[in-house]
Amino acid sequence: MFLRKIALTGAMTFAAAGAVAACEIPGNVSIVGNEFPAIQTVAKTAAKCAGGEVKANLTADHQKINLAGMQGNPAEYSTAIIANSSVVALINEDVLRPLDDLVAEYGQDIPKRQLITIDGKIIAVAFMANAQTLAYRKDVLEEVGVGVPTSYEEVLVAAEKIRDAGISQYPVGGAYAAGWNLAQEFINMYIGHGGEFFAPGSAEVAINNEQGVAALEMMKALTEYMNPDFLTHDSNATGAEMEAGNVMLMNMWGSRVGPLMDSEGAAEEVYTNIAVSGPLMVGDSGTPASTLWWDGWTVAKNISDEDAVATFKAMSHGISPAILNEETMGQAVWMIEGYEPAPVNDGVFDAIAKGTPSYPMLPYMGLLHTSLGDNLADFLLGKESAEQALADVEAAYTTAAKEKGFLQ
Amino acid sequence: MKHRSFFWFVLPSAVAMLLFIFFPIISVIVQSLHTEHEQVIRTVESCDLFGCKETTTIDQEATAALRAEKPLGQFAGLTTYLDRNHLAVDEVAMTWGSAESLRDFGTQMLNLPFYKAMGFTLTFTFVVTPLVIILGFIIAIAVNSATKMIRGPLIFFSLLPMMITPLVGALILFWMVDARGIIGTTLQQLAGDPDLSVKASTPLMWIMLMVYGVWHSAPFAFIVYYAGLQTVNKDTLEAARVDGANRWLQIRHVVIPHLLPLTTFIALMQLMDNFRVFEPIVSFSANAHATSLSWAIFNDLGGETRQLSSAAATSVLTILGIAILLSPVLVRTWRDFDRK
Repeated sequence: MFLRKIALTGAMTFAAAGAVAACEIPGNVSIVGNEFPAIQTVAKTAAKCAGGEVKANLTADHQKINLAGMQGNPAEYSTAIIANSSVVALINEDVLRPLDDLVAEYGQDIPKRQLITIDGKIIAVAFMANAQTLAYRKDVLEEVGVGVPTSYEEVLVAAEKIRDAGISQYPVGGAYAAGWNLAQEFINMYIGHGGEFFAPGSAEVAINNEQGVAALEMMKALTEYMNPDFLTHDSNATGAEMEAGNVMLMNMWGSRVGPLMDSEGAAEEVYTNIAVSGPLMVGDSGTPASTLWWDGWTVAKNISDEDAVATFKAMSHGISPAILNEETMGQAVWMIEGYEPAPVNDGVFDAIAKGTPSYPMLPYMGLLHTSLGDNLADFLLGKESAEQALADVEAAYTTAAKEKGFLQ
Repeated sequence: MKHRSFFWFVLPSAVAMLLFIFFPIISVIVQSLHTEHEQVIRTVESCDLFGCKETTTIDQEATAALRAEKPLGQFAGLTTYLDRNHLAVDEVAMTWGSAESLRDFGTQMLNLPFYKAMGFTLTFTFVVTPLVIILGFIIAIAVNSATKMIRGPLIFFSLLPMMITPLVGALILFWMVDARGIIGTTLQQLAGDPDLSVKASTPLMWIMLMVYGVWHSAPFAFIVYYAGLQTVNKDTLEAARVDGANRWLQIRHVVIPHLLPLTTFIALMQLMDNFRVFEPIVSFSANAHATSLSWAIFNDLGGETRQLSSAAATSVLTILGIAILLSPVLVRTWRDFDRK
């Protein structure tokens, strides 16, 4: 029985491999990227190309090595798989090859919307999308008699009811860990209030304003309903809190909702009742308090033309519609033709439909993100005022931007 | 030793030190004196999966010439050292002028990243170092007076905290002090406060980090002292015993003076190690409550845009800090050496 299963799986794998169209490449490919199932699928499929060597270095620390690995000549990595926040570091250092000629010659099949352009030049090809939206416990909301919240104001009302009903003392979850996560939550909330991060067309930061204070006040109000350890909770920890049945409402990444809804790590009563809806609104700006993200691949500048062609062909192959099968379909919100969304992806699609802005692709956004992550915790701990916290962010950012040459 | 043989004797290590310690430090110093070129920013249209919008980008052609001419960047002198994210001289001077009281001045200083990091680093160093020395000494005396049979296992267990990788050791403690962990729950019971959370309170977080620091380093002091105890002169001890000295007096007048040079050694090593406190802050996700200079370097390099000059300046400040901390001990050692 066991042996037959193995034989069967083997035969199916073989059939699946056979189904993917052949791919011939004229050079070598070296991939660097983050490590999660969707990217592994892309890299594995790219490696099926014949005619050259395809290496992949997939690691959670990819951002620490991709720039250095592409600055050499020839570059160590011929392609980096990146997201809209991390591509900026590569653009800033000018290590990416514009893809227009390669797309014209070899990439006619790639749908136009997947091509990421800056100033008319194609710099990346996107293949999946992500966004933070509301994940909630439908049984608990029913029990306290409230509908699914569509705004943070409604989340506060629902949270109060859940607490009053004695279901959970800390019903709200959020990735509020000081650092990158906390900064991301502020960025969401600030965008939701209709704020702009910089003076138009310049690197001058401008967040110490009415919207900034309102964003922080809303975050503070939410933390009243969060586990007191919220400043140490990243999205892993807050996801675990939901699986443990403590958190009933939270703003969560679309890519992380799947594992919450499967039977692993949670009681049946919990995982069968977790549902996902669209991005939350805040205030009356009409813009959702969330950001859209894409993951895509690039081609290094400092490599031979053969390797560039090989990289382009292999990576196009890696994101071709042929990669979609029963197993890979649920790995991400693929932006590939033939993709059929599952209920778990409703949140991300709703975020796109509602016109959620994408995470700003600005050369100095990373510096602001770091400064936000370092300086907002003091306000949430009650050590200083919202205005003071925002002033600290601005001062820290301005100093860093001067060091990096963005401001004089 | 003859000068000639001495030269050949130390040459390999001198070359290694030059290559792996001296040159990298020089490169860090050079980096810290430079900042990046002025970035020419252009407004452009960028399009992604979700539509097009106006953004900005760096004008690569305009900056390429600047980069080729001066690959190191603009010479900035000490600007990076003096700016707000490091020594913050302007801000400190302004605060000094405007602060109503010393207390107010202190609070405002701790709002500046460098002084916030120094506040925790120095407290950590000066609390953990003496505790490690005292605790290590006590364990060494205790193990040394145990019967030979159980000494081996005792030494093994006392060394365990040092054998565990710092990141992992800190993570274990982090989970144990969680509100639902074994230590966290016990603390709640003891305090009679069901909402008590170590991770949510700055003072408790500081205490926990220091407890971890002592737990991790005490075995180091222990093993050094234990080795030292094996060389205590038995005759002197016996003479003391004959003179009627009890156990405490023997330790006070024979053992402690004998182990004093080792204490200097442990203090040196611990001052250096504790000043560079880093792993527990990461493992405890404690950066909302406590930061250190090493953490600041990590944070500068870990963001999406790496701040090399800033990290280099903090590194040099760390080296200077260690030099200042160690100077009293080094001066004393030098004098002792001179006297001989």
